[in-house]
Amino acid sequence: MAGEAKIDPMHQFLITPIGSDTLAASPFQFTNSSLWMLIVFAAILAFMWGGMKRQIVPGRWQVAVEGMTGFLDNITRTSIGAEGRRYLPWVFTAFTFILFSNWIGAMPFGIVPGAHPFTVTSQFSVTMFMSVLSFAIVLGVGFWKHGLHFFSLFVPAGAPLPVKLFVAPIEFVSFMVRPFSLGLRPFIAMFAGHVLLDVFGNFVVQGLNAGGPLGYAISALCFVAVIGVNALELLVGAIQAYVFALLTALYINDAVNLH
Amino acid sequence: MPQIAQLALVYQSQWFWLLVVLAGIYFVVGKGIVPKVEATVDNRDATIAADLAAAEAARAEADAAEEQLRANDLAARGSAQATTAEAKAQAAKAGEVRMAKADFKTAKLLAEAEARIAKSRSAALESIEGVAAEAAAEIVAKVSGAKVTAAAAAKSVKAVLANV
Repeated sequence: MAGEAKIDPMHQFLITPIGSDTLAASPFQFTNSSLWMLIVFAAILAFMWGGMKRQIVPGRWQVAVEGMTGFLDNITRTSIGAEGRRYLPWVFTAFTFILFSNWIGAMPFGIVPGAHPFTVTSQFSVTMFMSVLSFAIVLGVGFWKHGLHFFSLFVPAGAPLPVKLFVAPIEFVSFMVRPFSLGLRPFIAMFAGHVLLDVFGNFVVQGLNAGGPLGYAISALCFVAVIGVNALELLVGAIQAYVFALLTALYINDAVNLH
Repeated sequence: MPQIAQLALVYQSQWFWLLVVLAGIYFVVGKGIVPKVEATVDNRDATIAADLAAAEAARAEADAAEEQLRANDLAARGSAQATTAEAKAQAAKAGEVRMAKADFKTAKLLAEAEARIAKSRSAALESIEGVAAEAAAEIVAKVSGAKVTAAAAAKSVKAVLANV
């Protein structure tokens, strides 16, 4: 990449091994992706630990932590009902992991020499795994609570038989598509956002390299665009985490309450 | 797109480390810290609710005390009014008695005075009779030359005066 200014927006998504020279197809292969997952984990732990003073009159940090748990508790409670608190740990885990990954991925760690920022959630192998976990929880809860009666989820209640016959397959397909849509959504948002950031960032540098009034104008324009896309990226990162948590809660609600 | 190109090579480590991290978040944070934070919030809500209830109770108590105070005030005012009325009635009674006494005294004095007046009037009347009789006797002597005794003159004057 050095020397010749070649735009390669995909380079940032490359997984490289850490501690070895070549990637091995092994579960224990430590990569930059694993490293940033651990960083996300550490950040979440640090954030939550800061809110553990358990004061009656809370400080700012404690209010932030309590605000987040209260927010997610509210999501599970309103979506699932009184039983929602049982599913709060998973909804909380999914939300915080996606949120912290998205935001840490958008931080300008690249200005630190030697640091290579990496957005964990820009890998669909990660987001799909999480959505499949959510889906597995939905199936597990549904079949455990309702047995084969769980399949009545696909049949609209109170509709005439021809409508039922027509709608049930559609409902089934839409149900089976859920893990894909759930996992693709955060992945696509992060992927597209980071490609955009990379492209605009390269335009800034190339404009400066080209020189001349046109080059500087393009460079300045793209710099403004980068700031805008960055702000948007933070917003999208929060929204995607919220959407994932909310949809997970709603899907679990389907399994718990069957309509 | 490295996500697809590298998938076969990296999916095992991706899933392994993701599972490790998610399990860490789930058990340490989701099951460990979050319930404690929620408990803190619940505890605070309970404390606030209890404080509010205590404040409400204190306010009700203050209201009751004020009501009691007002009732006491009202009662004191009533008794004071009753005392005043009694004192007024007593004063009026005493005044009446004194008035009656004074009236009695006055009536007595009046009666004495009237008696004195009557006495002096009768005395005056008697002396008028005497003077009239003398005058009559003198008039008779001058007009007719007849001598009339004082007793006869007094008798006829008395008769005339009685006819007046």
